Amino acid sequence: MRATSRSLLAASSLALSLALALAGCGSKPADPSTQYGANPQLPDPRQYLLPPMHVAPVAPWSGATPTAPPGLKVEALATGLSHPRSVYALPNGDVLVVESSGPPAPVYRPKDLIMGWVQSFAGAKQKAANRITLLRDTNGDGKPDVRTVFIDHLHSPFGVALVGNDLYVADTDALLRFPYVTGQTSITAAPTKLTDLPGGPIDHHWTKSLVASRDGSKLYVGVGSNSNITENGIGAEMNRAAVWEVDRATGASRLFATGIRNPTGLGWEPQSGALWAVANERDELGPNLVPDYLTSVKDGAFYGWPYSYYGQHIDPRVKPQRPDLVARAIPPDYALSSHVAPLGLAFSTGTNFPAAFQGGAFVGEHGSWDRNPLNGYKVVYIPFVGGHPAGPPQDFVTGFLDQSGHARGRPVGLAVDRSGGLLIADDLGNTVWRVSAAGK
Amino acid sequence: MSDVRAYPATVSPAHPIHVILAAYPIACFTGAFLTDIVYAETYEMMWANFSVWLITAGIVMGVLAAIAGIADYLVHRRDRARRSASPHTIGNMLVLLLSVVNAFVHSRDAYTSVVPTGLILSGIVALLVLVSSWLGTSLAYRPRPEGTL
Repeated sequence: MRATSRSLLAASSLALSLALALAGCGSKPADPSTQYGANPQLPDPRQYLLPPMHVAPVAPWSGATPTAPPGLKVEALATGLSHPRSVYALPNGDVLVVESSGPPAPVYRPKDLIMGWVQSFAGAKQKAANRITLLRDTNGDGKPDVRTVFIDHLHSPFGVALVGNDLYVADTDALLRFPYVTGQTSITAAPTKLTDLPGGPIDHHWTKSLVASRDGSKLYVGVGSNSNITENGIGAEMNRAAVWEVDRATGASRLFATGIRNPTGLGWEPQSGALWAVANERDELGPNLVPDYLTSVKDGAFYGWPYSYYGQHIDPRVKPQRPDLVARAIPPDYALSSHVAPLGLAFSTGTNFPAAFQGGAFVGEHGSWDRNPLNGYKVVYIPFVGGHPAGPPQDFVTGFLDQSGHARGRPVGLAVDRSGGLLIADDLGNTVWRVSAAGK
Repeated sequence: MSDVRAYPATVSPAHPIHVILAAYPIACFTGAFLTDIVYAETYEMMWANFSVWLITAGIVMGVLAAIAGIADYLVHRRDRARRSASPHTIGNMLVLLLSVVNAFVHSRDAYTSVVPTGLILSGIVALLVLVSSWLGTSLAYRPRPEGTL
């Protein structure tokens, strides 16, 4: 009997140490600056028994504000909002704030229960009003004095685009058109559905970013993947991880570009006129994989997800593989470093900022939860020259984390308003911030 | 002393409860090994999800079975036959320990939640739970002459 128990013990401790060895031990968090730009350093993927997690504890702003570079000021345009995720500036100066949260997620594994619990600490599980609020500054003092519910009873809305008198709202499961008259403070008319978008019952990356082509004939919709890395089955990924092109007249759609895991912000680069996107890459391969990115979105291109990342770097978690697709996967243009979670994109056109902040791209980095030290939690500026990024991202608006590492806010959607300020939706601080030249 | 009962004259209520609860980890952990094999053959995530629920349920029921088993042991701790609980106890502790590791492995996403580490662990645990339960069951039901342990 003793011999039996000894051999049991020996066999099992061998198995245990094998398991721990295979699980992979820690990998040091890289300096984010090694993962900026066109050629980020990509370490070997690591897998964990317990992936590194570091959720920033939450602290209130308590009258503090984020900080901007010298010569610029940051003010709260509106506070006490309900999980503001994106902002949109109407031509008449009114500002739309999309207050939104995702639909309830189904539980497929014990992990889903635990992740929901972890996210609740980061304020990521706040239930929002799922409406659009309008802010208007009637006396020009920079402070809105009218605040109305512009459109109510939406279904996890995110993207907004105005073309003429048609206001488009991208709900998580449909692209809607509302009639809009300049100056309106509330729309009660029933929307027309232009097209369905991939929604539930699983709706993992639920935000649908939206931008209209300059001639107004097409709408581009960023549709995120339905999983981190196909753990909900490849069947759930139909028409997802893609930028859709929707014909505005007919509602007909096609996949403009694919393999982009979660294209959360879309915008037109002012010099080249090309479509650009920020995207969130996959998790659980370590603190330094995979860098999130900013990229031009090329018609017909495949950017790798789920089979590979940054070109032909195969993801070992995806089976069956698709070598035919991997062979034509192209790397994105510009890495932002790992797990910064870019959720907003706005090009600096029409801003009242100094020349150093003109013509490039602002990116709202919601911030990491699966790496220590934290990464993101700020708005960065990426200078552009000749239609391409030129130089590393620069801190533009910081202070979302306080001195002790508490998150006071998390930036999401961005927009440039009529008077040249940058609007920042802060879904943790429930605030919209406005950055503008001091004295303007 | 040739007629020694390994089975006590009075059976504590903890004993049948232990036996009932202990059936779950056997079914769950051997079942998880089978669903792992099916996943590895089909790449169909449903089977990997079955595995992780089976492993989780096996751990929960295993812990409850252990509590009942300890209660049973405490009631009969003067019974010398109970000493042979040690291989059974160590085996089951290893089953639970490896299964916790296995639950974490199975909480990864997609293919590597099963292949290869999860599948190997599920195989080892399935074998171990059968061997250990064999020892535990024979311990409970087979009379033993005193002094052979």
